[in-house]
Amino acid sequence: MRYAMAVDTKKCVGCADCVVACQTENNVPIGYCRDWIVEVTDGTYPQLEIEIRSERCNHCDNSPCVRCCPTGASHYVEGGIVKVTPHECIGCGACITSCPYDARYGHPDGYVDKCTFCDHRIQDGLQPACVSVCPTKCMYFGDLDDANSEVSKVLKKRKFKTLIPQAGTKPQVYYLI
Amino acid sequence: MREELITSGRLNPNVDPYLEIWHWQIPLYLFLGGLAAGILFFASLYVILGKENEYRGAVRRAPIIVPFILMIGLGALFLDLRHKLFFWQLYTTIKLESPMSWGAWTLMAITPISIIWVAIHIQEYFPGWEWKNVILRDLNAFFLKNKVGLAWVTIVLSVILGIYTGILFSAFNARPLWNTSILGPLFLTSGLSAGAAAIILFAQSKKEKVVFAKIDIMLIVIELFLIIHMFMGFRASTQVQIDAADMFLGGAYTAPFWIFVVVLGMIVPAILELMELRHKKIPVYIPVVLVLFGSLMLRFIISYAGQMSRWLY
Repeated sequence: MRYAMAVDTKKCVGCADCVVACQTENNVPIGYCRDWIVEVTDGTYPQLEIEIRSERCNHCDNSPCVRCCPTGASHYVEGGIVKVTPHECIGCGACITSCPYDARYGHPDGYVDKCTFCDHRIQDGLQPACVSVCPTKCMYFGDLDDANSEVSKVLKKRKFKTLIPQAGTKPQVYYLI
Repeated sequence: MREELITSGRLNPNVDPYLEIWHWQIPLYLFLGGLAAGILFFASLYVILGKENEYRGAVRRAPIIVPFILMIGLGALFLDLRHKLFFWQLYTTIKLESPMSWGAWTLMAITPISIIWVAIHIQEYFPGWEWKNVILRDLNAFFLKNKVGLAWVTIVLSVILGIYTGILFSAFNARPLWNTSILGPLFLTSGLSAGAAAIILFAQSKKEKVVFAKIDIMLIVIELFLIIHMFMGFRASTQVQIDAADMFLGGAYTAPFWIFVVVLGMIVPAILELMELRHKKIPVYIPVVLVLFGSLMLRFIISYAGQMSRWLY
């Protein structure tokens, strides 16, 4: 089992519904976010192209955050999801520093927090909160080992990229281009 | 002109617009850890070489400050933690891939050893000292008898402590400025240099002062060599590392780094120590304070600049 997500940059309009859904679902403290919108404008004026992406933790196969954690609070769970156990976390900040995507933050309660792919929802057979609310249906979630999952099918059909693959992290959030 | 403009809706405290998760505590600890490693390295080295009586300042006098600076360093590390009450989780596991885990266990071992080291040499400061408790007296006799063995353990731990302060940074490939294996040897050399400088203050014989001034000059030359190599490596590497090096070669950190670390912290004290060797009268604490200051500034600047260096995507 290998959970992954695909985000269609051609469909995402940057409405930030995913951000609000995540904050509500996961009780994210005010002023913080586990997922966010990035807009990249590229080209020579007036020939400009805009790419809009909904970003979050990439649940990397080779996670620097899991590697550098001194207590084992950062760990993999089934399906390759990277999680933090709050009562094992000492709040040293090593994992926050180690993430090339800056996907983690220090929760006001002291421990380090991040996207969990809503694994509590997955266990109930639901989609992650961000995926389920997207008004343009630009996100796909599922098991890469299952050829019939939505994410496998869309990655077979479309061209895609990952973020900073040269960092060697093997990210598992794919961006359809 | 072709341009790329990246706008992010994320504004997490201490993470955006650039990382600021480690403040003064980490560089202060890295400095104190390096200094402690440097003093203990030379103390145990001269015990192993059997020259304890010629280098009393290094072996018996200077280590008295080590337990104190380690405890201040540990205090700073504790202040840095955000989930403080769970700090003991560090000692429930050994994670070989995590430099911080290595550091936590090394400190756990080297702090008591530094206290033992001071205890068995306490008569250097209090000549009439007698351990009243029988157990303490036996322990004292045991460690004095096995001093060379203790010195071997200490020298290995001190090198791990000195080098880990750099590896802590270099293990993060997310921060291009830190992601160079030169940082381990550089911080180790800087710690040894700070240790040698501190020992000069405690040395009592002219000969010992001269030897440690020479050692310090040699270490400063090695440091300069490593710094040049670090920037050569960055300039020949990927775009993110070229950008990281540019912070020091024209960017925001150029003036503080070259003035405080290289000129005031290395070149000036090296020249002053050379003049001293040529029998010019230089107050001994001036080069010592400058070396310690340079060593501290090196950690502060690398720590803050490293958090500003990042991948752009």
